[in-house]
Amino acid sequence: MRSQTISRLLTIFAFAYLAFLYVPVLLLPLFSFNDNIYVTFPLKGFTWKWYQSMAANQPLINALVASIQVGFAVSVVSTVIGMLAAMGLTRYQFPGKGLITSTIMLPLVIPYIILGISLLSLARQVLNIDLSLWTIVAAHVLVCVPLSMLVLIARMEGFDKSLEEASLDLGESAWRTFWRVTFPLAIPGIVSSFLLCFSTSFDEFVLAFFLSGTESTLPIYMYSLLRFPAKVPGALALASCILLGSIIVIVFAEWYRRRGIQAQQEGLV
Amino acid sequence: MAATGTFAEGRRSASTWDALRRFWRLHPGLRGLALLTPALIILIVMMVAPLLLTIALSFATQTGFAIDRTPTLANYAVLFAEEGKLYRILIWKSLWMSFTATIAVVLLAYPMAYYLAFRVHRRKLLWIILITVPFWTSYLLRVFAWKVILGFNGAINSGLITLGLIDKPLEFLLYNPTAVTITLAHAWAAYAILPIYVSLEKIDRSLLEAATDLGDGPLRRFLRVTLPLSLPGTIAATLLVFIPTVGDYLTPSLVGGTSGIMVGNSIAALYGKANNGPLGAALSIAMMLAITLVVCAFLAAIGPKRLRHKGA
Repeated sequence: MRSQTISRLLTIFAFAYLAFLYVPVLLLPLFSFNDNIYVTFPLKGFTWKWYQSMAANQPLINALVASIQVGFAVSVVSTVIGMLAAMGLTRYQFPGKGLITSTIMLPLVIPYIILGISLLSLARQVLNIDLSLWTIVAAHVLVCVPLSMLVLIARMEGFDKSLEEASLDLGESAWRTFWRVTFPLAIPGIVSSFLLCFSTSFDEFVLAFFLSGTESTLPIYMYSLLRFPAKVPGALALASCILLGSIIVIVFAEWYRRRGIQAQQEGLV
Repeated sequence: MAATGTFAEGRRSASTWDALRRFWRLHPGLRGLALLTPALIILIVMMVAPLLLTIALSFATQTGFAIDRTPTLANYAVLFAEEGKLYRILIWKSLWMSFTATIAVVLLAYPMAYYLAFRVHRRKLLWIILITVPFWTSYLLRVFAWKVILGFNGAINSGLITLGLIDKPLEFLLYNPTAVTITLAHAWAAYAILPIYVSLEKIDRSLLEAATDLGDGPLRRFLRVTLPLSLPGTIAATLLVFIPTVGDYLTPSLVGGTSGIMVGNSIAALYGKANNGPLGAALSIAMMLAITLVVCAFLAAIGPKRLRHKGA
């Protein structure tokens, strides 16, 4: 009886927790359709106008294009570097491996503000380069390489090493073995790493804030909107679109990953 | 003469080349290191070098727009002197706000992770996806949402006015430390559940049965078996939330107002408007040291107890 009460309380708590996670964020799309410049209850009426005005907003489109370019560059570079490092760590034995692994993960636990100001000093005072989208790409690569490695190490440990050995024994070169055995088997990990890096870069604010020049990325553009009350409805519409975009990406990533697991269970991989 | 010289050199370099190739083939570990090289270069050029630069900068002096690189402890002296009282308060306040938010996050996440590990049998994947979706969505959006909710004319105030419960907006909701703590607790919630869930999921169910068979009630069983065994994940979750939130910039600058600013905002201001990078660097180092001290104290306080449980 008592344990039944606890069980029921836990269930209620779990649903309340989900509500706590989702309700605040779901208010953004709710208010983005509200025909009122102020974000207040009661809702006044339905409108598309905040979304319509987005299409003609050139700075927003520029920021979106910049974010996509940065995200794409970051995910390609980080995934390639992460793949090489994951192969190095899972396929070879050498001294100091543990130390190297934990050092590479360090960027994940250093507060971004410290990384941001330190990279700013490096760019401006030592290298004397102008801030641009490329400096943002560089900063994002630093935090995305460890993420990519986490995903890819898990994938590389997940499949049988003897497949590669068999290919080498049968006379394939290391290069052809990579393209014909390792790479196809690692594809699910590569796709996850790509999506994870892209979304991390696409959402990242602090590093981009310190390292952006004249062009801004989408989070910086949205942050600048939040300072002007009149622009908040536009920011709400933009936020809702980003939210929808992320949900589509996540659902795709999960679907893709599950398909991979299923194929593995059926013995195809 | 010249021709023979080149020939001899060519021979020598060919044999060195052969030796290198043989060495390469005999030591596969080298190939592993070579594969890691790009990642290590990124790490050294973009993390180690910049951090060393910040440490060096903290010993320099800002003179107008130039930086005097003569080593001095003046910046640290400022942090410890009367004029640096504001910075010391700020570090304390940031640690305290992060600590409160972390405790809230972990206390809320634990029962959720427990439910997920022990009570959900069907549709477990659906629950996990539902919990990880917010983890993937933009941090900026989550903070923005709280600005909308807590604002002077925000969702809570206007909602309560519409319902007739209050007749003028509650001013204590936005632009103060509490607003920052609530927002941090929500924005970081998703980061704590997974580590706790993983350590709960790993617990051998027969240990729980054994505890019940030996006469432990649900509460004693939880305190003596489940909780100690899930401690590693809970500690990981605590650190995962605490360390990054101390230096958070976005949340305090959007919902903190003047009373809710944290040390991260101050560092940014010193590098920007205040044009005193060296002092900003010293403040960053002080913040890192403060975080390290708190983390070490936390691990020292929890470590021995954990070891004793392992030994038993």
